[in-house]
Amino acid sequence: MTAIVLDDVHKRFGQARALRGISARIAAGRLTGLVGPDGAGKTTLIRLMAGLLTPDQGQLRVAGLDPVQDSEVLAESVGYMPQRFGLYEDLTVQENLHLYAELRGVAKADYRATLDRLLAFTRLEPFTDRLAGRLSGGMKQKLGLACALITSPKVLLLDEPGVGVDPVSRQDLWRMVQALTGEGMAVVWATAYLEEAEQCEEVLLMNEGRLHFSGRPEALTERLRHRCFRLASAGDKRALLAQVLARPDVRDATIQGECVRVVLAEGTTGAGAALASLGEVSAAPPRFEDAFIDLLGGGPGGHSPLADRMPAVTTRGDRVSCRHLTRRFGDFVAADDVSFTVRPGEIMGLLGPNGAGKSTTFKMLCGLLKPSSGEARVAGVDLRHGASDAKLRLGYMAQKFSLYGLLSVRQNLSFYAGVYGLRGREKRARIREMIEGFQLEPLLDSAPDQLSLGFKQRLALACALMHRPPILFLDEPTSGVDPITRREFWTHINGLVSKGVTVLVTTHFMDEAEYCDRVALMYRGRVIALDTPDALKARAGQGASMEQAFIHLIEAQAHG
Amino acid sequence: MASRRLLALVKKESLQILRDPSAMLIAFVLPVLLLFLFAYAVSLDIRQLHLGVVLQTDSAQARSLAAEFAGTPYFRVRPARDRREVEPLLVRGELKGYVLIPADFDRRLARGEPLVQVVTDGTQPNTASFVAGYARGVLSSWLAERGLSVPVMLVPRFWFNPEVETRRFLVPGAIAIIMTMIGTLLTALVVAREWERGTMEALLSTPARIPEILLGKLLPYFALGLVATLGSTLLAIHVFDVPLRGSWSTLLLVSACFLVPALGQGLVISALARNQFIAAQAALFSGFLPAFLLSGFLFEIDAMPAPIRWLTLIVPARYFIESLHSVFLVGDVWPLLLRDMLAMLAIGAVMFALARARTRKSLEP
Repeated sequence: MTAIVLDDVHKRFGQARALRGISARIAAGRLTGLVGPDGAGKTTLIRLMAGLLTPDQGQLRVAGLDPVQDSEVLAESVGYMPQRFGLYEDLTVQENLHLYAELRGVAKADYRATLDRLLAFTRLEPFTDRLAGRLSGGMKQKLGLACALITSPKVLLLDEPGVGVDPVSRQDLWRMVQALTGEGMAVVWATAYLEEAEQCEEVLLMNEGRLHFSGRPEALTERLRHRCFRLASAGDKRALLAQVLARPDVRDATIQGECVRVVLAEGTTGAGAALASLGEVSAAPPRFEDAFIDLLGGGPGGHSPLADRMPAVTTRGDRVSCRHLTRRFGDFVAADDVSFTVRPGEIMGLLGPNGAGKSTTFKMLCGLLKPSSGEARVAGVDLRHGASDAKLRLGYMAQKFSLYGLLSVRQNLSFYAGVYGLRGREKRARIREMIEGFQLEPLLDSAPDQLSLGFKQRLALACALMHRPPILFLDEPTSGVDPITRREFWTHINGLVSKGVTVLVTTHFMDEAEYCDRVALMYRGRVIALDTPDALKARAGQGASMEQAFIHLIEAQAHG
Repeated sequence: MASRRLLALVKKESLQILRDPSAMLIAFVLPVLLLFLFAYAVSLDIRQLHLGVVLQTDSAQARSLAAEFAGTPYFRVRPARDRREVEPLLVRGELKGYVLIPADFDRRLARGEPLVQVVTDGTQPNTASFVAGYARGVLSSWLAERGLSVPVMLVPRFWFNPEVETRRFLVPGAIAIIMTMIGTLLTALVVAREWERGTMEALLSTPARIPEILLGKLLPYFALGLVATLGSTLLAIHVFDVPLRGSWSTLLLVSACFLVPALGQGLVISALARNQFIAAQAALFSGFLPAFLLSGFLFEIDAMPAPIRWLTLIVPARYFIESLHSVFLVGDVWPLLLRDMLAMLAIGAVMFALARARTRKSLEP
């Protein structure tokens, strides 16, 4: 049975074309993933289905209704959980549920039973009197879901429910939603995590307002069977990656732990044999992301013109180290006894859900936050004494890119060069280097706000590298970015690392951890494990993903 | 309009007000601070002016005049024997002026010639004229006591506020400022907050209708505004000695009428601005500042240039302040109050129509 029909739906906001003709059918009793990077149009499409926006062109039918004209009836048969869950943080769990029950007109006689059912379903019974603002990210998400489910809707719309939530809660939510589809509900789950798509029964794959694929995820990955391989070599994996990407028969390649994952171009004869000269080849199951890249016409090359221009880093000794680093906010311990060392030319990842203490640790290492106890050294400088000295030796790229939207690209570059103390001829030379290295020439006079996410990211990286720092700090550099832009970004980072630059990166994106040499898993303020990605995955068993490894380690922590 | 949904929204909003420290701060702590500020710190009255009295003769008559100056509560006198002692003080601003009682004072008195010279600091014209006026007053009362000829004089009498205490004038006005803050600023902020936190999106996806959502916001803040009026009035009467010559019920009725345009303005702002920063700026510029400057609170409307005077006609605080002055200082003057209430309700109706037209049940920008 079809729950939602989309027929050539268009939507634009001013000049931006958010949706460019989407036609699809979403079935009842199924979990349909609405998958795509940020800016693909997922949220716009979900809001159209919820009747919160009007399409410019085309038609929608949700549960047999027109979402705009029948908006009042629609509200009874559609449950909607917006990105930030739509909870009142200063109301308790019970008060939030009661409010939505009253607004959605749940019969008084049924209220008690509905409430009990939802509380049991979400396992929130012990917290009914707690303020929603005091719940953990995972519990907020469950409460948001409960509020959306209060009338037992026919269609449930979830806008990026898993972002930044710890993997255990995400898994919980996934199970709950699957139980709902068993009762005949149509569930639409929007996500930027491509690996989540593999778990959906149906997928709508979107990019830049267009629908690229609609159907079962296996149907998409199936095309790539016998084209995916794992290539292991004793040598430098990043050099190997660059070598692989330079081959014409390679569609896409990424670093995965100690190996390189390769997707060959369609119709390549001899399959894996072609790669045998480079290392040990084994077949790998295709992933959804491979299929997406393939649909978009393959990944970018593996060469970074920027890294070519950078001189090799020559200084020796550990680049970043911290010992027993602790930070308290009142009686809340945001970072608890964090110790690790990052070696020269290494990519180290801090991986964990929102609130795990990644940003707190990061800020202490950048000298932006004073530790309550413990010590941190960057480039051999103790941050307690030489914070500003240390700042000159590190490049920092913030999550939101810290670009000035009202300055042009050229002015942003010039500003950051000035901030790092560059002047005259040297300043001009460095700016030129960045413009050429990142191909920014055609964009110099446009405002960063008008650029695509990928170009913004390049510009932000250019600004962070202006003073040629031997150490680079990246805060959530590619979450939500489309996989091609992400590959381009990591090509630059890999190039820099091969020149001896040391990189520390935070992410809640399990996939991004694969690019790291070593990963520190953070959970509730503590580092619960620190190892290479391969070793961490091995702990959760053969063939485990990074996410499964994380869940395994959290559970081991809880039981041990 | 479903009463059940409205009730749920009102209950939700009330719980939020009670739990939100910033709402309590704006509704209760800020009014107390403002009232104290206007009652004590911002006084337009002149008291304890520093005045030099240069006594160039030791005659009994001259000494008695000097004593008269020292005896009034308006002046704090610095005695001197020579003009050169006080002139530097006047230049430095330590004295607001000085009175010179000349060596030939007795002779001048006998002949009916000008008696004293008053020198004032003209850089502060208001203060200067106060000094001159008060000095003349002291002199004429001294002459009158002696049964000496007094030149024809204007004796001012101030009605309604015989002590001409600006506090009596400012405190009722301050109540209007406070109500503007609660009505306009707080309402604009809380709606913008719902947009910022994404709860508005969730509300819009429920069957709740726009009038219900708007009323659900307004009713609790309407009640909060009236409670704040009651509190401020009690403070005004019992702490600041402002008389309430009209009745409590009239006061509440006038306040309720003012809350209509104030809340409506908050809603218009929140329909246009979906973040708290812009909402706060807009509320300050369109609500707070006009209530301060264009309402007759500090500056007399009759003294304004005509175009500005016309502008004040659309400032609801203007009518509210006029009504408050009447209720507090004169009494229930119905013809005036009715006119003001009608004006406030009319502005309120326009605001609500605007808010209703601008708020749509969608997220379209």
